[in-house]
Amino acid sequence: MRTAAVPLVLFLLTLVSVPLQADARSDAKKQVEFGIAVAQRGLWREAIYRWERAAQIDPSYAPAHNNLAIAYEHEGDLAKARAAYERALELEPGNALIKQNYELFREINDRTTAKNTQ
Amino acid sequence: MIARPLRTLSSLVAVLLATACTNSFEIPIETPIRPKLDVAAFQRVLVAGFIAGGTEDVDGNLETTRLLRSQLRTKSQLRVIDSDVLPLVDVASEGRDSGGAATTPPPIKEEKDLEAYEHVFANVEYWKKIGEEYQQPLIVTGTVMFTPLQRNSIVQREQEVYDSFGRRRVVPVRTYMERKGFSLDGRFIFIDGRSGATLHSESFGEQILYNANQTTPALSSYFELMDRLIPTFLSTLSSQKIKGTRILLQ
Repeated sequence: MRTAAVPLVLFLLTLVSVPLQADARSDAKKQVEFGIAVAQRGLWREAIYRWERAAQIDPSYAPAHNNLAIAYEHEGDLAKARAAYERALELEPGNALIKQNYELFREINDRTTAKNTQ
Repeated sequence: MIARPLRTLSSLVAVLLATACTNSFEIPIETPIRPKLDVAAFQRVLVAGFIAGGTEDVDGNLETTRLLRSQLRTKSQLRVIDSDVLPLVDVASEGRDSGGAATTPPPIKEEKDLEAYEHVFANVEYWKKIGEEYQQPLIVTGTVMFTPLQRNSIVQREQEVYDSFGRRRVVPVRTYMERKGFSLDGRFIFIDGRSGATLHSESFGEQILYNANQTTPALSSYFELMDRLIPTFLSTLSSQKIKGTRILLQ
């Protein structure tokens, strides 16, 4: 009797967690959308706040990490930008737009770090 | 040779497909690049001079000093000191021949000829003295080798062809071509005018090649090559902003 209840409990848990995940994604999307709107008005700090919130709400949402990377790049925080791009690509390795952003970022980053320092 | 355009085309197609499937927004950004060297302790900069060699058509010492001074005047916060360009080859020769009779320094034709003079950059006392003379600025010096190049290689060019119906087509043709040009190699050295010690040094190397039948004056090639090096040089001393665009995703 008890063994038979286990799959049922698992099924119910799945049913409950799917809407929870969907809620997280939709909340994260709202934050991302707002972040885009403010970034387009040049309010990058506010955009960073929104995209960081989105990444907290749904850590598996690649656009939040991609957008954060762009904002960090714009702020000159290249180490954080690299980490965010890499996370975005980890989540969506086949996304050509993230790849393109990352390639452009690397071009700048390599130029600034490639030096022959004494 | 075809692989690169094909790769570019396929990545463009991939980007277009991805754009069609996702909500994306192009946004301009300006990436601030911090200077490699902290120059907060200096208010003034002295581009002292360079040990230069290679072709005699361009005075590498004079031209490099002049160009860097004018760039720093407009693109850095530091006050540029106007002074005579130091004849560093003579200074290095004097240091080496001390006690002996004055001799004309041998010409610098190749990179290995520079070795005989490079000890001057490590002469802390000399740079400290120069620093005291100019109120302890940041001192910029180094080596510049501007040498003619000649290279025979296979290059790809486009050729018009007409088929049996008289239709014109342009096809890539690989031909063996004699090319000549110049190379610009050397090192920028940044010295602390207070202590005479080297703070930072950065090597550079650029080349330019033209068709053998094209006549390009050495001086214009020199400026073309220096144009490529200037952003790297300036980014050592002052912050730069690199403009670009990125794609925001929703």
